[in-house]
Amino acid sequence: MSLRNAACIAGAFEHPTRLAPDMTTPQLHAECAAGALADAGLSLTDVDGYFCASDAPGFGPISMIDYLGLDIRHTDSTEMGGCTYIQHVAHAAQAIATGKCTVALITLAGRPRSEAVQRFRPGAPENAFEQWVGLTNHTSYGMCAARHMHEFGTTSEQLAWIKVAASHHAQHNPHAMLPKVVTVEDVLESPMIADPLHRLDCCVTTDGGGALVVVSPEIARGLDRPVISLLGAGEATKGPSGGLGLDLTVSAAAKSGPRAFDEAGVMPSDIKYASIYDSFTITVLMQLEDLGFCGKGEGGRFVADGNLISGTGRLPFNTDGGGLCNSHPMFRGGITKVIEAVRQLRGEAAPAVQVPNCDLAVATGIGGSLGARHGAATIILERQS
Amino acid sequence: MSARKLPAPQVDPETKTFWDGLGEGVLRIKACDACGEAHYYPRHLCPHCGSEKTRWVDTRGAGEIYSLSVMRRGEGAPFAVAYVMLDEGLSMLTNLVGDDLNALAIGQRVRLAPHPSDRSGVGDGQSLPFFTPCGD
Repeated sequence: MSLRNAACIAGAFEHPTRLAPDMTTPQLHAECAAGALADAGLSLTDVDGYFCASDAPGFGPISMIDYLGLDIRHTDSTEMGGCTYIQHVAHAAQAIATGKCTVALITLAGRPRSEAVQRFRPGAPENAFEQWVGLTNHTSYGMCAARHMHEFGTTSEQLAWIKVAASHHAQHNPHAMLPKVVTVEDVLESPMIADPLHRLDCCVTTDGGGALVVVSPEIARGLDRPVISLLGAGEATKGPSGGLGLDLTVSAAAKSGPRAFDEAGVMPSDIKYASIYDSFTITVLMQLEDLGFCGKGEGGRFVADGNLISGTGRLPFNTDGGGLCNSHPMFRGGITKVIEAVRQLRGEAAPAVQVPNCDLAVATGIGGSLGARHGAATIILERQS
Repeated sequence: MSARKLPAPQVDPETKTFWDGLGEGVLRIKACDACGEAHYYPRHLCPHCGSEKTRWVDTRGAGEIYSLSVMRRGEGAPFAVAYVMLDEGLSMLTNLVGDDLNALAIGQRVRLAPHPSDRSGVGDGQSLPFFTPCGD
């Protein structure tokens, strides 16, 4: 069984807030749900499947389904960190293809700027051997960047071009947290956070959220929206593997990407627009290589000189400004990657960054800690004519 | 040095031999008699083949830096996080200590330098497997 054309994304909504001191996280989930359903032309009573991850308030889906007032027959709280929501689109398609639901709602929300968020996971088997190390995402991704530079000669200037491209897109997004265009020099002159990553190599931290509505093809064809079909999906995980064969220059996207492209029956060279998870600049560079947009070790040269800027570059990416400049709600950038891909496929991106005739897009992400243990999820989406 | 918190690891029956070894200045890994592979961090069942025929093996406590990143901001900064590739062929996540964190580099030889964790209850002062540059 294949997921090719098994389901469609009918609704997508990104909450406009980036700072929400006077809202609750459940409220943000609800506002995102309402936004995505309105976008699709559906209502809460149409929803029969619900997806959230382990960061959702309370007892996961049980709390949220009751709070939102849903009556569902399928639920899934698969957790894969920030890329979860890309994976949820695929899991929703699986549920729809097997008749378990017809209208799946996926929500994410959080307020990491307004309230303390517990990110440490007690009881993890690696804790005794790693907790004292003080590993944060900065040093985790920093070690990947350092090794990539060591093996392939990748430079800080090349990584900086990824931020520069994101900032060129963010200037056209009125909701972007960092709408100012930056230069390679701006990135290199920003404070060092964790070698070799500077402050501007890092994504923003934002309150906010988003939601998606995934529906059966039959329902999608009855809605007054462009039909955006799932063509293929892949997922994978990667860890230190008991200490054998460590390679910090390759992510789990080296498996999730080919799995998605194979199922879709398309090639990276066919892709018109790419949403690439951008927790840090190095995250983007490694995924571009791992998905096959360029060879391993060639990512630095691929991203340099504005090659990711819409309208001038070879591969327009993250045209909303991405996590690097627009939003990274609840430290989780997966849902905004799907949302911007849907905007591009519908022709609803900001006019200055809209890719002409954008009919094929990829959304890919990393969740967890790239330098330790992480997951990857990739989906290929197509606009039906 | 830094005021960084070094939480004492939870010592349990599955890994007590590891922590006992560090107290004696010895870094131990586990080897599997079923598949012949070693692993770190230590587990009761081999993560490579699933066998429970695992046993403790002393390492030389030496290796080289595979990659590192010096944290420059926040509590206890600066401090160095690294993967060390042990001479026995296993990678391990650890901290590097030394006089000059800026002089640390990939490929540099390092040796075990046990470092006490915080005294804060059970496991008081349990040694942690830090590494430091060495001349060999």
